[in-house]
Amino acid sequence: MKIVSLDPRVTRENIDAETLEGELQPLDHFETYEVFEQRKRGTHHVHVGNVHAPSHELAMVFAKEQYTRRGQCVNLWVVRTSDIFVTEYMDSDIFETTATKKYREPDAYKVIDRINAFKAREAAKNA
Amino acid sequence: MEFTEKHVEGLKDLLYRMADDLLILGHRNSEWTGLGPILEEDIAFSSMAQDKVGQSLALYEILHELGESDPDTVAFTRNDFQFHNCQMVEFPIGEYDFSLVRHFFYDHADALRFEALTETVFEPLQMVAKKFKGEIKYHTMHANSWLKQLANGSEESKIRMQQSINELFPHALGMFEPSNFEQELMESGLFIGEAALQQRWLDTVVPLLESYGYTVPTDAAPLFGGRKGVHTEYLQPLLDEMTEVFRIDPSAEW
Repeated sequence: MKIVSLDPRVTRENIDAETLEGELQPLDHFETYEVFEQRKRGTHHVHVGNVHAPSHELAMVFAKEQYTRRGQCVNLWVVRTSDIFVTEYMDSDIFETTATKKYREPDAYKVIDRINAFKAREAAKNA
Repeated sequence: MEFTEKHVEGLKDLLYRMADDLLILGHRNSEWTGLGPILEEDIAFSSMAQDKVGQSLALYEILHELGESDPDTVAFTRNDFQFHNCQMVEFPIGEYDFSLVRHFFYDHADALRFEALTETVFEPLQMVAKKFKGEIKYHTMHANSWLKQLANGSEESKIRMQQSINELFPHALGMFEPSNFEQELMESGLFIGEAALQQRWLDTVVPLLESYGYTVPTDAAPLFGGRKGVHTEYLQPLLDEMTEVFRIDPSAEW
């Protein structure tokens, strides 16, 4: 059976429907790269999406066109998706425990009264 | 120095060459829209095709200021023999290797031509040349990345690219067909001239191609004609298609 498409250019190619079946080979798809954009020099790069590409050079070329056309951008990073290490969502409870450990946060220390007292003393001294 | 009528004629001829190349290749490359090899490349290539049409508009506007008809009339009402584009840009898109190699050859020439024109004594053109610098730099980055990639892809990709290089090289040299005003353009500081541009182009593309592992044809003779209005059988059908909607009602406001 031949592929019949609404696009006559595809139909003209006379492609066998059978040959399209079966498992994908490694080269059938390019791997993905994650794209990070920097809006202003000195600020953090922010993740904006990903692109398929056969190399980091082309990933950069594609990323420019996919993600920076309408915005301001001064710098791009691309990183192979497989080079990013991630936590499992099933382990997301590891983040919950911090909420109960108030003493680990700077505002947990009750120093503001002492700071205010110090300021009042200094003000009185200079008055 | 004072511009004579011949200087202005030469300048107009130069502008028509550039604008017509950009319009025709922009239109050709836009034929890949929706058919690109992958989504990301489809978007990038379409966007660059659009850039080219935009650049051609900027040049037609300068021509209009020099007394030529308005951009739409110039773009949509001429016949093939009135176009100054080189023949290379009018060939059908062919397979992707052909379109990529043409893009590589053309965009390096375009980049160098605009770079040279950042120093032209004709200020409106100097401004346009500076304005498009970043846009064109991206086009050459894109072309270089693909030529490098496909030289090291598979045996098939390298063979296909090399064949397109061999096939297109004589046409690429045709981009630098001398005009009747070379002397006037050079002596007035309007333009460095086609011969100097061709040398800069060779100094750029030959080392790049060799560094990627391709062979550069050494015995290629340039195929001229386009700049003087001699075109292949492919240009008129392209113009007919491009102007199809315009011709329904040439006075319509868009």
